[in-house]
Amino acid sequence: MIHDFETVLAASGISKFFPGAIALDKVDFSLRKGEVHALLGENGAGKSTLIKCITGAYHRDQGRLVLDGAEINPSDTLAAQKLGIGTVYQEVNLLSNLSVAENLYLGRQPKRFGMIDVRAMNRQARLLLDQYGMDIDVTAQLDRFSVAVQQVVAIARAVDLSGKVLILDEPTASLDTQEVAMLFRIMRDLKDRGLGIVFITHFLEQVYEVSDRITVLRNGKLVGTRETSELSRQSLISMMLGHELAKAEATARAHSVAAGPVKYSFEGYGKRGKVKPFDLEVRVGEVVGVAGLLGSGRTETAELLFGIEHADSGTAKVDGRQVSLSNPRAAIRNGFGFCPEDRKTDGIIGDLSIRENIALALQARRGWARPISRADQNALADRYISALDIRTTDREKPIRLLSGGNQQKAILARWLATNPDFLILDEPTRGIDVGAHAEIIRLIEELCANGMSLIVISSELEELIAYSSRILVLRDREHVAELTGDNVSTARIVDAIAAAQKETEDA
Amino acid sequence: MKSSLNALLTRLAPQIIALAVILLLNFIMFPQFFNVVIQNGRLYGSLIDVLNRGAPVALLAIGMTLVIATKGIDLSVGAVIAICGAVAASSIVSGHSLASTLLVTIGVGLLCGVWNGFLVALLNIQPIIATLVLMVAGRGIAQLVTEGVIMTFNDEGLIALGSGAFAFLPMPVIIWLVVGALVILLVRRTALGMLIEATGINRRASTLSGVRTPVLLMAVYMLSGLCASIAGIIVAADIKGADANNAGLWLELDAILAVVVGGNSLLGGRFSILGSLIGAMIIQAVNTGILLSGFPPEFNLIIKAVIVIVILVIQSPAVQSAAVVLSRRSSRVTEGQVQ
Repeated sequence: MIHDFETVLAASGISKFFPGAIALDKVDFSLRKGEVHALLGENGAGKSTLIKCITGAYHRDQGRLVLDGAEINPSDTLAAQKLGIGTVYQEVNLLSNLSVAENLYLGRQPKRFGMIDVRAMNRQARLLLDQYGMDIDVTAQLDRFSVAVQQVVAIARAVDLSGKVLILDEPTASLDTQEVAMLFRIMRDLKDRGLGIVFITHFLEQVYEVSDRITVLRNGKLVGTRETSELSRQSLISMMLGHELAKAEATARAHSVAAGPVKYSFEGYGKRGKVKPFDLEVRVGEVVGVAGLLGSGRTETAELLFGIEHADSGTAKVDGRQVSLSNPRAAIRNGFGFCPEDRKTDGIIGDLSIRENIALALQARRGWARPISRADQNALADRYISALDIRTTDREKPIRLLSGGNQQKAILARWLATNPDFLILDEPTRGIDVGAHAEIIRLIEELCANGMSLIVISSELEELIAYSSRILVLRDREHVAELTGDNVSTARIVDAIAAAQKETEDA
Repeated sequence: MKSSLNALLTRLAPQIIALAVILLLNFIMFPQFFNVVIQNGRLYGSLIDVLNRGAPVALLAIGMTLVIATKGIDLSVGAVIAICGAVAASSIVSGHSLASTLLVTIGVGLLCGVWNGFLVALLNIQPIIATLVLMVAGRGIAQLVTEGVIMTFNDEGLIALGSGAFAFLPMPVIIWLVVGALVILLVRRTALGMLIEATGINRRASTLSGVRTPVLLMAVYMLSGLCASIAGIIVAADIKGADANNAGLWLELDAILAVVVGGNSLLGGRFSILGSLIGAMIIQAVNTGILLSGFPPEFNLIIKAVIVIVILVIQSPAVQSAAVVLSRRSSRVTEGQVQ
């Protein structure tokens, strides 16, 4: 196979700022003709922001975009499409109640005497899909077909419209193995036709199967671009999760394992389709870290423990007594608290004040008929605003006006106000600035020292190592390893994730 | 305490000003507008008339405010008025005591609320669709109860609830003032108000914080049904009969309008019952003013629409933020961007 390594799309020094956050920090990205280029990174790494800057959905604040040697400034996705950049998203954005052919030619239907020439349209649609080895009834309604077929229709439309660059945003997330194979065949065909394909996914084996080069983003910054054949899984995972391994090894873990009695134990706890059954014991005054890649079942584990998802197997015990954690209220009654990963949708009550947000969980537990007096609410809010150093002009400010880090602290305060014994923190430091980052880590250590039990999920490995006494490693919705004592190191975590990765590949 | 009173006045300033302007316009069109006299132990006058005629919408607006605060809407309240009027009339006609008639009627109103709440809170049907069911079916139910005729009655006690007086004020005025005060106390002296607001702003986050959101939703729809049943009693008592076709017709829209004119967002969250009550009075003042002004009745709805548009435009986020930007440039601009 001869490829001329000609760059079709070059993005250089792309930056995008949001109020209080740098979403992309001078990221370079280049795409060659006839290559599949995997774009990897955890949630919030900046993948989708970069894509949106390229497709014109966002306006970049800095940097240059060069397509086929000419600088472009797409004002919206439509403009980008006309320039030659097509995008297909995980949730197919076609019109499910129109026919396949209508979807393919929507807005550019072949006309005859000013009327849509349905027969010509169907004929062209059939020819178009034929190139993809698809022989389906193009007059049938789109939602009669599987997601995979809809995916191909979306790709066919995007390629037909654009034809230079194709961006596939998690196209395989809801496909089965066979469908993925079909999609990959199509991707290779398109590659041979000289298209540049950007492939976003969180399935690493797929990256190795289909991509030529890999670019990794982390915290809005470019970690690096490598040839897939020259990048080991270990190196890739540490590019995604950690800084340099050596540096992490050097940070000796300061605190010894405070081994209190086991307070919470979960046996064979799991839910079909969410997390495979796992055993977990949490001791008093212990931080259990949870590591794993995106989609490995980290958040699902947290939701299971907090009763958001109802476990369909196994038992949960608190102090040796069996409990039912069928909903968040039940978990809260048992002294649980949960800071969710997605603060905006699951955490903050945006229009309510900081005071009300902090008092909410305690008030919900007391019930509506026993209100916390305004004076007590004020005292509560003031106490946590100063204890957690929540930066705000006053406690009556709507919480949505705070920065991410301060919102996170306020949610933490909401749970601390209920005096919990067991806190589950899902990505407590994601998307917050460095200063707040360090404070939250300090807080976690402090709470643990005061005898609270914590489970902390994080994709920042150094951070996890710094405060966890044990680390659970998840992969493919399964708990695959538990690291304790001297085994707690970034290298071991990366090995554990990669080992599991290889195992499944051999299988 | 003083600062919270100030906050309340700031919050309600647009509504109070709007009401004042409407009343002033009424006075200009009809100089006797503010004249009030006492006859037969009761106050009479256009102003009293506004308070009296506005009772059904004011009552509906109380319940509607809470429903809207949870990001919902209750389209069925007009139909519930018809059902409850019919139930009250048929109960009193068939010889039941006033007390048991009122109890049964209010019970039926609560039941209507349970039905709506069941669809919204437990089956997770969109409120506008869920309550549309009873809005459409309700008049049919009311017709079944009245057997298709306007069922009249002449029970003194029941009639007094519509046209009687107490402490110089017409009974309906007393009723909506008392119900309004009780509900305001209920939601603000307990934690209900805050929990309702939290649920309306972010139901999932509230549930995750341990708020029993389904119970709360059920409760607000029941309260809305309760308010509608009281309004139904007043409407029936006022005309001494139950008219299944016309009782409460389109009042759900007036109630929603009262809530919105009262400065409450249809997107849920922060609410003010007092604002909605003032909103209800604004609407009634407009209605009364148009009648008094002697415009041909064809103009009534158009004039009303124009006035409502003006009020809403003044309240709209665009105009409000423009006003704020003019006064406090830099600080607000950044907030706007965050959104």
